[in-house]
Amino acid sequence: MEHDQDITLTVNGSMVSRRVAPRQHLVDFLRDDLGLTGSHAGCEHGVCGACTVRVNGDIVRGCLMLAVQANGCKVETIEGLSDSKEIAVLQKAFHEKNALQCGFCTPGMLMAAQDLVRAKKKVTREEIRTHISGNYCRCTGYQSIVDAIEEVVNG
Amino acid sequence: MKAPAFAYAKPASLAEAFELLQNPNAKILAGGQSLIPALNMRLSSPDLLVDITGIPGLTGISVQGSFIKVGALTTHAQLETSETIRKHVPLLAQAVPHVAHAAIRNRGTLGGSLALADPAAEYPAVALALEAVFEIKNKTSERRVDASKFFKGLFETDLQPGEMLTAVEFPIARPADKSVFLELARRHGDYAIIGLAAHNGRFAFLGAGDRPVLFSFGKNLEKAKEALKTGLKPPADLYNSSATKLHLAGVLLERAWNTIRT
Repeated sequence: MEHDQDITLTVNGSMVSRRVAPRQHLVDFLRDDLGLTGSHAGCEHGVCGACTVRVNGDIVRGCLMLAVQANGCKVETIEGLSDSKEIAVLQKAFHEKNALQCGFCTPGMLMAAQDLVRAKKKVTREEIRTHISGNYCRCTGYQSIVDAIEEVVNG
Repeated sequence: MKAPAFAYAKPASLAEAFELLQNPNAKILAGGQSLIPALNMRLSSPDLLVDITGIPGLTGISVQGSFIKVGALTTHAQLETSETIRKHVPLLAQAVPHVAHAAIRNRGTLGGSLALADPAAEYPAVALALEAVFEIKNKTSERRVDASKFFKGLFETDLQPGEMLTAVEFPIARPADKSVFLELARRHGDYAIIGLAAHNGRFAFLGAGDRPVLFSFGKNLEKAKEALKTGLKPPADLYNSSATKLHLAGVLLERAWNTIRT
């Protein structure tokens, strides 16, 4: 019954074909099969946000999507956004504002924050907090993260 | 935290999907934002997942006479940005931002949330307050069920084996209609401690029982508060006692009252 499935998708601009087990979720596929370990597997039930990746342009939970469901999709990970320099300004702001300590949540946090940057409109600190409410950070207490995002989004 | 093994099929038509759903241990996979966590935690172990997202015609928001018809696979994010929903189903528009977080709203669906019937979820209470109608299909026929008859208990609905919720019809709000959605949660996007979807005289509470709990209140707030006190018995959760939840339900009722009744 549980046959593996062939999938073909685009990951960070490169076409990838692999055979996957239906039960494997997307973030395990990215980490274990493709070696893209920037997306982190944290809670694996959609609460912590550490696995946030982009699928067809929208941020999603990598642990709440099966790799087979990504067949034909365009997937972007933190490695792609970092290499393309899309998030260079955010990364610099996170660094300067001390918006990370252990760094476990940072890839997901940057993914969520970039969503706000892309929307290109001014936001309040409250709106920033609401937008990153799906991303847990257990180190910083969030203040410095909100500082960094606020600086980049509102200029 | 890894899902048990299962088979996966992505049918391209409803007919094909219903064929696959003849398997008694098959489960429908829509957005997967509740099913996949349940699989990862091994709370569910189906033989087969039937991914219905490749079936045409199950997505979209359209005006149909006095109703807005929303396809079951319409995502929370699509509802959130829909001008039609904002204009014609304001209660639903108010509720959407309370559903989880942006990354989850991008994949989770209206139909998935309603078919799961989590008593702390937003849409069941909204559907009940608005007297929405559910379009349900199986291999051979189609039927329509009122929201008041759809929710049967904890994660239990009127959906029978082999059936699929395909669309929901919400009545278009008239100019004089008033609706308010309120929710209290520890953190934005968390499960509600208690919530209220109110439309004119219909007040549906979420997180207040094994399914959304409906009250029809008259014009007197004091009488309404009294009726709530005797009629609502919210179950305690890890952080809040039943008494706390009941108190908070009263707070939401008062907050909603000024908008609804003036």
